[in-house]
Amino acid sequence: MNWLSDEAIARLQTASALPDLAGTRYRLIERVGSGGMGTVYRAEDTVLGRRVALKVLDLADVRGDLGARLLREAHILARLEHPGIVPVHDAGTLADGRVFYAMKFVEGERLDRLAERIGTIADRLRVFQRICEAVEFAHARGILHRDLKPENVMVGPFGEVLVMDWGVAKILREVSKDVSEQRKSIGVAELRTTAKTPEPLETEHGTVLGTPGYMAPEQARGEVASLDERADIYSLGAILRFLLGEKRLPSTAGTEPSSANAHAPKAALAIARKAMAENPSNRYASVSELAEDVGRYLDGSRVSAYRENLLQGAIRWGTKYRAAIGLVLAYLLVRALLLFFLKR
Amino acid sequence: MTEDTKIGGANAKFPATRWSAVLATRSSDPGERSRALDAIVAAYWKPIYKYLRIRWGKSNEDAKDLTQDFFAKVLEKEYLDDFDPSKARLRTFLRVCVDRFVANDAKAARRIKRGGGVQHVSLDFGAAEAELEKAKPVLERVASPESFDDFLEKEFIRNLFGLSVETLRKECENRGKEIQFRLFEIYDLECDDSRQHSYAELAKEFKLAPTDVTNYLAYARREFRRITLERIREMTGSEEEYRSEARFLLGIVPK
Repeated sequence: MNWLSDEAIARLQTASALPDLAGTRYRLIERVGSGGMGTVYRAEDTVLGRRVALKVLDLADVRGDLGARLLREAHILARLEHPGIVPVHDAGTLADGRVFYAMKFVEGERLDRLAERIGTIADRLRVFQRICEAVEFAHARGILHRDLKPENVMVGPFGEVLVMDWGVAKILREVSKDVSEQRKSIGVAELRTTAKTPEPLETEHGTVLGTPGYMAPEQARGEVASLDERADIYSLGAILRFLLGEKRLPSTAGTEPSSANAHAPKAALAIARKAMAENPSNRYASVSELAEDVGRYLDGSRVSAYRENLLQGAIRWGTKYRAAIGLVLAYLLVRALLLFFLKR
Repeated sequence: MTEDTKIGGANAKFPATRWSAVLATRSSDPGERSRALDAIVAAYWKPIYKYLRIRWGKSNEDAKDLTQDFFAKVLEKEYLDDFDPSKARLRTFLRVCVDRFVANDAKAARRIKRGGGVQHVSLDFGAAEAELEKAKPVLERVASPESFDDFLEKEFIRNLFGLSVETLRKECENRGKEIQFRLFEIYDLECDDSRQHSYAELAKEFKLAPTDVTNYLAYARREFRRITLERIREMTGSEEEYRSEARFLLGIVPK
């Protein structure tokens, strides 16, 4: 047996870890990152000459569960055609037995890394609204994300916002056939896949999937069967808190963290707090309701989550209509001056 | 092919998948149990011999005796009966056993062996000693208990990959794919930062198209990976452990 040098071992490890793309249309460029289930690589689609991201299972899946999960994620993405959700192009099994899917390569930065550089709270809330739009769309298609957090949101160079990593998504209900028929009638391409559509995988009751600090209390308790859209609404509330400058992870118990940012606007924080209510029935009933409240805040209108006193109401009203108030005051001042000089 | 040991090594015939030597050591079938123990000895004797030389500062002769005695005990199942795959990796368990063996039982173990009745394993210590010579610059940096662990880990990987390379070589010969193996050997095994062959150079040397070099290398790597994963499966006792070990040993996740 030949003695292998450390360099040879390192090279063998690298060569073994890389997916075997022989016989596919893809050429490997570099490893981008790893997740719980697989690794994402940047690759070139040699047929279309474009960059793609390949999510590849780390090992050939003998039992089939992980492979089925990855394919299931691809199929979920395929049914979520929305500008805020990364589109999937292809799925299948590589020569080395590893399951993969190809998706659009998103140039951009993760929200958790970018947030501090987004200058104003208003700009951050606009990003948040884009996240809400994507999640709302998924809910309308019967899909629950279950792992919403800033790390799973990418912001592109042109301000595009994409919700990523649908690996633990839950199918709440099957999408209506009308939607599928509509897509066909307007010529939207169906997913081209070399693999069979996997059967839906049920997550066992009691299994905890998600990220501490961002998952709803009922999700943290493993109440898989009863989870609904309000679990994602809780996570969105946690993201909102993060965007408002709250450094500490929000409590999974839904209690108000003592270190809430003193500079964060109270009304906006109240929106986050309502979304993160311990009891799901006290949260917003839908993502659109949450997004509308954020919209009202941006618009300077009264938000449903915050009960303001008269003074706060007057200040908000004054801020919202400051331009009009300024014009009226200027008009009145000129008029008063004219009257004063004319009378003299 | 040079045999490193007469009790297993690359000659052992195992089912291709889902066979775990660790679990098979508890089989009621003596043949199955014997094959399992052979596989474990083949994977671990060399790292443990080197570990005894480096960690315990044993002389060549003492390390040989201790390795023989230790694996004689392993073959008698005295140690593996206590192994619980859910609590530790096999190599960690064996390392602890070796440390205990050397610290407490070495004398007694040798006495028992010399008294007869203990199965004696045949191992190629000359090859292991030659490998230690080659690794001298690295060994000089091995100084702390943590680095001894790293050392054993690295030697285990070296031995595992070495066995896989030998199996690959044999399989390539049997399938008439010697060129594939030779390309793999030159490009991946004899690599050296100062002397790196390009695909174009290899294509010229072997009178192949550059795309053939790519495909041949892909074939050899794919087979190497498959063989190595089969060996990792042999050395693990559960699906979870297999996945964790495979990710770690194949460098899929950062160490």
